[in-house]
Amino acid sequence: MTTSLSQRVLPVAVMAVAVIAVWYGGAVWLNAPQAMEAMARAGKNWSTADLVMQTFAMKRPVLPTPDQVVVEIYHSLTDYPIGHIRNLLYHTGVTSASALVGFVMGVVLGVVLAIGIVHVRTLEASLLPWIIASQTIPILAIAPMIVVILGNLGFTGLLPKAVISMYLCFFPITVGMVKGLRSVDGMAQDLMRTYNASARQVFWMLRLPSAVPYLFTSLKVAIAISLVGAIVGELPTGGQAGLGSRLLSGSYYGQTVQIWSALVMSAVLSVVLIAVVGLAEKLVGRHTGAHP
Amino acid sequence: MSADIGCPTNELPSPLPASKATADHPPAIVDIRNLSLVYQAADKPVYALSDIDLKIDSGDFVSLIGPSGCGKTTLLRVIADLEKPTSGDITVNGMLPEAARQKRAYGYVFQAAALFPWRTVERNVTLPLEIMGVPAEERHRLAVEHLALVGLSGFERKFPWQLSGGMQQRVSIARALAFEPRLLLMDEPFGALDEITRDHLNLQLTRLWATTGKTCVFVTHSISEAVFLSTRIVVMSPRPGRILDVIDCDLPRERTLDIRETPEFQHIAARVRHGLKEGHSYDD
Repeated sequence: MTTSLSQRVLPVAVMAVAVIAVWYGGAVWLNAPQAMEAMARAGKNWSTADLVMQTFAMKRPVLPTPDQVVVEIYHSLTDYPIGHIRNLLYHTGVTSASALVGFVMGVVLGVVLAIGIVHVRTLEASLLPWIIASQTIPILAIAPMIVVILGNLGFTGLLPKAVISMYLCFFPITVGMVKGLRSVDGMAQDLMRTYNASARQVFWMLRLPSAVPYLFTSLKVAIAISLVGAIVGELPTGGQAGLGSRLLSGSYYGQTVQIWSALVMSAVLSVVLIAVVGLAEKLVGRHTGAHP
Repeated sequence: MSADIGCPTNELPSPLPASKATADHPPAIVDIRNLSLVYQAADKPVYALSDIDLKIDSGDFVSLIGPSGCGKTTLLRVIADLEKPTSGDITVNGMLPEAARQKRAYGYVFQAAALFPWRTVERNVTLPLEIMGVPAEERHRLAVEHLALVGLSGFERKFPWQLSGGMQQRVSIARALAFEPRLLLMDEPFGALDEITRDHLNLQLTRLWATTGKTCVFVTHSISEAVFLSTRIVVMSPRPGRILDVIDCDLPRERTLDIRETPEFQHIAARVRHGLKEGHSYDD
């Protein structure tokens, strides 16, 4: 038990330390020109140690240090109530709400498309090229169009962002489910035929359960990109709320620490969301006899 | 009432000439006349089955034996309505195979167990019963009963991966028996198992057959397995797939593994081997 724990923790810890070291190194390297300029203007003599300290303490660094980001996030979370516009959790909540709604819509759309493609041959020929083409259009190009069109129809706020999320995340679901629904082995299909099972019974008792492992792999990809979709969707809305709007306003005012705080927050959010999907997979697996 | 499930005992057979039974001769469970199955391959037609005539009576244990490509599995699949013949007549329980399949006239055991890995052992056995709409309590009773029949009491809540290959195949036999069909079709069910397990399962199967009185059609490529289990052995040969010989195997119905050492057993085995040789089964 202890060996397996250290085997699991140690690589993660080593990697985390390496990333933080590289980050600090990058901060010195990228902030040094600015820092030297500032110290020259102040007309002081400075040593290398002074320079390093200066690069770690800039007001608007090119690359903020991890501790600056952590302090920024901490202040934002503790100095204001959760519903406040300056609290990062508020923005995280706004973004995850549209990401999750878009994710659910994307899963439904993706599964329905996959079922259609697997069961109706003409749908495969007619739908699949469009589905693939839809993913070759840059999301940054189509996101403002979706916002404008839905805005014209009277939909603002969460829905346009959710639609953009859905647009991105239905694709891995469709691809995974088509593969999953087709993964049924011939013997099992023959078996159902000997029982004279109806198409509906074959779907619910055989095809769908066979596709579940594929579905969960797709869900993990989909939930991560649904978050990307929600953040991208917040950029053209003018950025009142959400992690995307924090990124946008941060870049307007050169607030790099704010940008990086929002970035770290979205990374944490996606890790949490993927972990939730992983947990759901484990729970389902326990009821369906997956190998432990 | 469980005996009625899928067992068309009260069904009126469709009026086919092959199903007409005289008073002193009961209708055959499987009646095949002049049956052929031809695949159209790229250059020339392939005769998977050619001019097959075979009658299987109630309570028979018939083995189909022959080298690969002789059509033994194809013949079994034709009986099960998993393949369509190109010519000839066939009735199963006095009906066309399709009607028989729709009435769930037979249980089919495949080369592999083909258990659903997401279902427990019990729920694998109840799968056909769920499809047929049997109530839950009855399903449970039938599953317990048939798992006991194959010696797997107490494994109801296990998942297939927790069982050995031989046990998995026994679950699949319990599944085929669960809805109590009169006819059991088995396609090399023990082909993938080691010899010791296979001996054990053969013994179990012959007891099962003796106690339940099912009609069995059993595909194998093992001579001793065929002689040990069967009342009749159908020797087949490839290119074209055809029946060479039908050998009666009149050993007593109650059999133990020791029977394989007796001269009668050896004699029948020799006849089967001779039949296969006549069909050039041992040629290169």
